[in-house]
Amino acid sequence: MYKPNDLVLRTTTSLIAFILLGFAIYLLLAGHNSPGGGFVGGLLTSGAILLMYMAYGMEVVKKIIPINFTLLIPIGLSFAVGTGLGSFIFNVPFLSQTFGYFHLPIFGEIELATAMIFDIGVYFTVVGVMMTIILTIANDQ
Amino acid sequence: MSNLAVLPIILPLVSAITLIFFNSKVNISRKLTQIFSVISLLVSCYIVWKVFTDGTIILETGAWVAPYGIILVMDSLASLLILTTNLVATVCAFYAPHAGLEKKESYYFYPFFFFLITGVSGAFITGDLFNLFVFFEVLLMASYGLIVLGGGKVQLRESLKYLLINLFSSMLFVTAIAFLYAVVGTVNMAQIGERVQEVEQQGILTTIGILLFFVFATKAALFPLYYWLPKSYIVPNPVISALFGALLTKVGIYSILRVFSLIFVYKLELTHELFIWVAGLSMVFGIIGALSTNNIKLIIAYNIIPAIGFILLGIGTFTIDGISGSIYYLIHDMIIKSVLFLLVGVIVYVAGTSDLRKMGGLIHYYPVLGWLLFISAFVLAGIPPFSGFIGKLLLLKGAFASGHIAIVIIGLLTSLLILYSIMKIFIYGFWGDKQMLGNLEKKSTKGLIAPVAFLLTFSVLLGVGAEFVYPHIDSIAAYILDPQIYIDSVLKE
Amino acid sequence: MEIITSILAGILFATAIYNLLQKQLLRIVIGTALLSHGAHIFILTMGKLKTGQPPILTDGVSDYTDPLPQALILTSIVISFGVTSLLLVLAYRTTKENNTDNMEQLRGKSNE
Repeated sequence: MYKPNDLVLRTTTSLIAFILLGFAIYLLLAGHNSPGGGFVGGLLTSGAILLMYMAYGMEVVKKIIPINFTLLIPIGLSFAVGTGLGSFIFNVPFLSQTFGYFHLPIFGEIELATAMIFDIGVYFTVVGVMMTIILTIANDQ
Repeated sequence: MSNLAVLPIILPLVSAITLIFFNSKVNISRKLTQIFSVISLLVSCYIVWKVFTDGTIILETGAWVAPYGIILVMDSLASLLILTTNLVATVCAFYAPHAGLEKKESYYFYPFFFFLITGVSGAFITGDLFNLFVFFEVLLMASYGLIVLGGGKVQLRESLKYLLINLFSSMLFVTAIAFLYAVVGTVNMAQIGERVQEVEQQGILTTIGILLFFVFATKAALFPLYYWLPKSYIVPNPVISALFGALLTKVGIYSILRVFSLIFVYKLELTHELFIWVAGLSMVFGIIGALSTNNIKLIIAYNIIPAIGFILLGIGTFTIDGISGSIYYLIHDMIIKSVLFLLVGVIVYVAGTSDLRKMGGLIHYYPVLGWLLFISAFVLAGIPPFSGFIGKLLLLKGAFASGHIAIVIIGLLTSLLILYSIMKIFIYGFWGDKQMLGNLEKKSTKGLIAPVAFLLTFSVLLGVGAEFVYPHIDSIAAYILDPQIYIDSVLKE
Repeated sequence: MEIITSILAGILFATAIYNLLQKQLLRIVIGTALLSHGAHIFILTMGKLKTGQPPILTDGVSDYTDPLPQALILTSIVISFGVTSLLLVLAYRTTKENNTDNMEQLRGKSNE
């Protein structure tokens, strides 16, 4: 039986995938006031997961990441729409944003913005859409 | 500031997201869809009342003042169209469980349905040319999802063409926006409307205008850009066809109405004259298409094209009668086209074929269905006192006043032929011997007739109650003809 | 600079149209992708090109590019990305169902 020689791919994947995932999270958290954002972060994350699929195959990755990616789409969308709905509660124009400074353990003084919740929503949606599309085409063989 | 203006976008969006979670439970999805659509309908009724008593509602999202932020403008025209959209959507929501969608319902039919409503509502109320593009894409994405739903050979093939033509025109839309941005430096419609008055080179603006007209004409299926429409509209389920026929092309023609009354109004003798001739040709070619076929679904699909032609005629004449006729006809056509598509869906379901030559004698089995079709034919063709008549009267009055006698004659002849094309379904499908369909089993039309009849009542009321409706439409037309009101209310000067 | 990018956008449009008019489905998909690239470069050009000036306004930055075209392009890229991936899936399924990727054979007959 033909067995592909993918030693190089597997070794580098275990390294690169984590760098990609880390950078994706950095981009996601930085997105609300400097370059980055949910969309790029989501694309990078799905890139990393795709790399893992290519290196280790469907079954293995499904065991490592037991997430139904299709379900991520509505979850992400509800995050994004939810931030908009907040404006109805606080009686400000739709999609208004605000930010504040909080003191968290470990991180210290930190700025948190409502725009980030929206970004997280976008992030989940993009990961969901990307993985759904890719897996639909890849599964169909 | 009022968040009321965003509700027609947000409510369907929230409904769509909720329904994705309930996708596998068809019964819950059906009930939820009906509840959500009724809520949206009630909210849009309230919005219409609010707009007509207190005036235009402007929402500057994120508290970014116009022209910098994203602006939603809920004016009288937009609110009326949103009410009509929600009315059609509600009826479709009650029709859908009985429409024989079966397995397709669990392929995210209901979420796509609400995404479509989101896009349509958004396109009606946005005050921003680029956001118009975005909402166009939202509704097109949802329509791509609906049109391929559970598709076989033919359906996939036709949806592919539908997607390609729409993708191409969307990219032209982006290009046109880029051109416009280079000339006037903004994408806010009110600000564009203000700045085009100061642009010295009117030539380039007219070019951009024609490019935008090309884009919207493709979406609205005007001559000669209608060839994609008939076949792709008949392949999906009747509910989906009804939604498409009622809403998608109307968004295109609404955009023409908006853009060519607000922005490109300085070269009337070229652009609007062009509209009149395109309108005439659309009527002629559309009705020839409808007469040429024996497929009842195709007959209805072809009938969209002359209707769009009539609406464009009113925009072309650019008189108060013409514009109010267009608005009247727009609302009338949204209702009657969905009625016809849904009725034809029932006919195809009970007869088991869409070929007119294989039908006959249905009136013995389904009298109510037959007479509903009979009334809708009258409404569509514009026989008084139904709503089509008022719209056509105003349109032709506008055309007559602007001296386009030839178009008036074409319009009248087209109306006659429209009546003939629908009557053909009635004559061949319903008249005739009982035995013509062989041993036809009587199928249950429970739940299919009631929503259609409900919608048809509105169409009849729109005509009979013209005395009450017309003054409002007339005031909207006056408002459309004076872009300064729109500009001032958005930019608050 | 604007002239060069305009010509580039023109070349992209031309190749896109050429590909769109081909018979093979995959070429048409490539054509639509090229078309959207052309449109995006065109938006960027229309917002005036400035070298070395980011579209970000922070303290100490006096020269900046107009950020609006970039925002428009980002939105447009996201949309065309979505549509292109959908188109790919649809084209793939159509080819499988109809056993051909030739548009000539996908035209359909007049009576179905």
